[in-house]
Amino acid sequence: MSEPMDSGTPVLAASHVTKQFRVAGGHLTAVDDVSVEFHAGKVLAVVGESGSGKSTLARMLLRLMPVTSGTITYQGKDVTHIKGGELRSYWRDVQAVFQDPFASFNQFFTVGHTLRRGMGAEKLSEATLDALIETCLGYVGLKPGDAVHKYPHQLSGGQRQRVMIARALMMNPKVLLADEATSMLDASLRVSALNVLQDLRENLGLTVLFITHDIGQACYLADEVVVMEHGLVVERGVTDEVIFNPKHAYTKRLLSDVPDLKGSLKVRED
Amino acid sequence: MSGILMRASNVTAVYAADTGQDVPAVDNVTLEVPEGQILGLAGESGCGKTTLGNALAMIANPPLYVIAGKMAIDDHEIDLSTLAAGADQAHRPYRGATVSLLPQGAMNAISPTLRIRDLVVDVMRAHDKQTTKEDALDRASDRLKMLEMPTRVLDQYAHQLSGGMKQRMVTVVSTLLNPALLIADEPTSALDVSSQKALIEMLLAMVERKIMRGVIFITHDLPVLSMVTDRLAIMYAGKIVEAGPTEELVNHARHPYTSALLSSVLDPTEETRTKHVLGIPGSPPNLGNPPTGCRFHPRCSFAMPECSLKEPQFLHERDHSVACWWANDHAFETVPTEVNQA
Repeated sequence: MSEPMDSGTPVLAASHVTKQFRVAGGHLTAVDDVSVEFHAGKVLAVVGESGSGKSTLARMLLRLMPVTSGTITYQGKDVTHIKGGELRSYWRDVQAVFQDPFASFNQFFTVGHTLRRGMGAEKLSEATLDALIETCLGYVGLKPGDAVHKYPHQLSGGQRQRVMIARALMMNPKVLLADEATSMLDASLRVSALNVLQDLRENLGLTVLFITHDIGQACYLADEVVVMEHGLVVERGVTDEVIFNPKHAYTKRLLSDVPDLKGSLKVRED
Repeated sequence: MSGILMRASNVTAVYAADTGQDVPAVDNVTLEVPEGQILGLAGESGCGKTTLGNALAMIANPPLYVIAGKMAIDDHEIDLSTLAAGADQAHRPYRGATVSLLPQGAMNAISPTLRIRDLVVDVMRAHDKQTTKEDALDRASDRLKMLEMPTRVLDQYAHQLSGGMKQRMVTVVSTLLNPALLIADEPTSALDVSSQKALIEMLLAMVERKIMRGVIFITHDLPVLSMVTDRLAIMYAGKIVEAGPTEELVNHARHPYTSALLSSVLDPTEETRTKHVLGIPGSPPNLGNPPTGCRFHPRCSFAMPECSLKEPQFLHERDHSVACWWANDHAFETVPTEVNQA
């Protein structure tokens, strides 16, 4: 759990990645010379407040947004500017789950239809597809026979998010990017979604990039933590180091602002 | 302890479903807010927290109907039922002035084409058409100064404000009329920790300065509630299952549901690093056809045969009340938390 961050060749890496947006009167640097590495079978959490550049970094890694400068490497190969078939095959390997599962579903389609549709280009036989759906729904703890006939509104928030994870798994990805994937869930459902990610890491050796503003979730799930502020990486390291022995003032402030259950009553006595 | 500011009794609210069957989202709920205190209302999504908030704020709109319930607040005895003819007109004077609701996602309701000061004037005039622009703005800027917030915000548009500032502004605007009770529905859920803290500190300052005399704070975020509230009420499937002083409830949960919710909280602590939390198995029941007896029994690790047969009544231990058969058999015992972890 506590190997140094640079051990082995990373599965996915961003090196000196910068993203600037044009705004009235100049440029806004959303991500500023950021380098991160994802090692196989590890969970890396990117933590920071709104506007820290976490999601922009994720979008660049997913190749949904071009970089202003810097390179993205996947399995040792530069994928910063790949196109066409190469990009499609990259998108198979690097899958994402976003914050709002409702926004990712077509409400008129059942779960089964949604899962099948994503695999349309793969030209699999019906039987293979059915077996795949069954396996993937099984991974996330849903009963396939029951879930495939349901419409999104018939599922709870936690179930919807699990279906999204199952959809991502259908492609047999190497990397799963979860951008605030558990933020909209209740604490109890959140825990079960995090447990799903933990199991996938352990059983399938999946590499997970977990983006969150909630340092408590990072603490539960992540092997390594990167802290971002205003587009810059201000601190990084193994989870225990960053959370229990923070060096940067911003990390310390983030931690001190977290309302905690037992000790927080002191706030009222200030 | 000071007196009771608000007491709502036997509130029942139903959603009229297409099937013709009414779904009771809030079922015979009684709760109190003591003078000058903040009451937290917690529970999973779909447990009826927001519906209860809407019923108490008297803004139930079809398909939601409040079919029973009374609220005593500030010498007023209000019939919350929306079924009686003229109920809407009868409730109107209390809305915003006696009970103010800060709905979920309120910050997104600021018009993008108006400055905050226009919102202030609109809100004030909705209650008193005679209010002049100057009076309304003076009041708002005095309020902002009192809370140590910048008054320049009044001249800004929504897109010029951060999420945290928008949320604080709608909170200030919704309390300009000094309501007796503010019902804040998930006010901190869309904010990051620093903005959350700023909003909580502002709410506490508002209560201290008696801008409102009581608050019902609705959220599923227990750490936030433990930071801000004096008392907590935990809801499950349309019913309150446990209520008591926050510190007591957080440290000595008497209901297995409360205990499971508390165990699901992930603090950035060494304990979180090593534990494996199981969460709560299963999902909340269909309220159109809730389980018999205690509604939590199908998901409860402590369920006994009688749990599925008879509905537990409230057991009052000092100022902590709980409706649970396990708690009945184990007076004053805290629910063991080991069952929630592996």
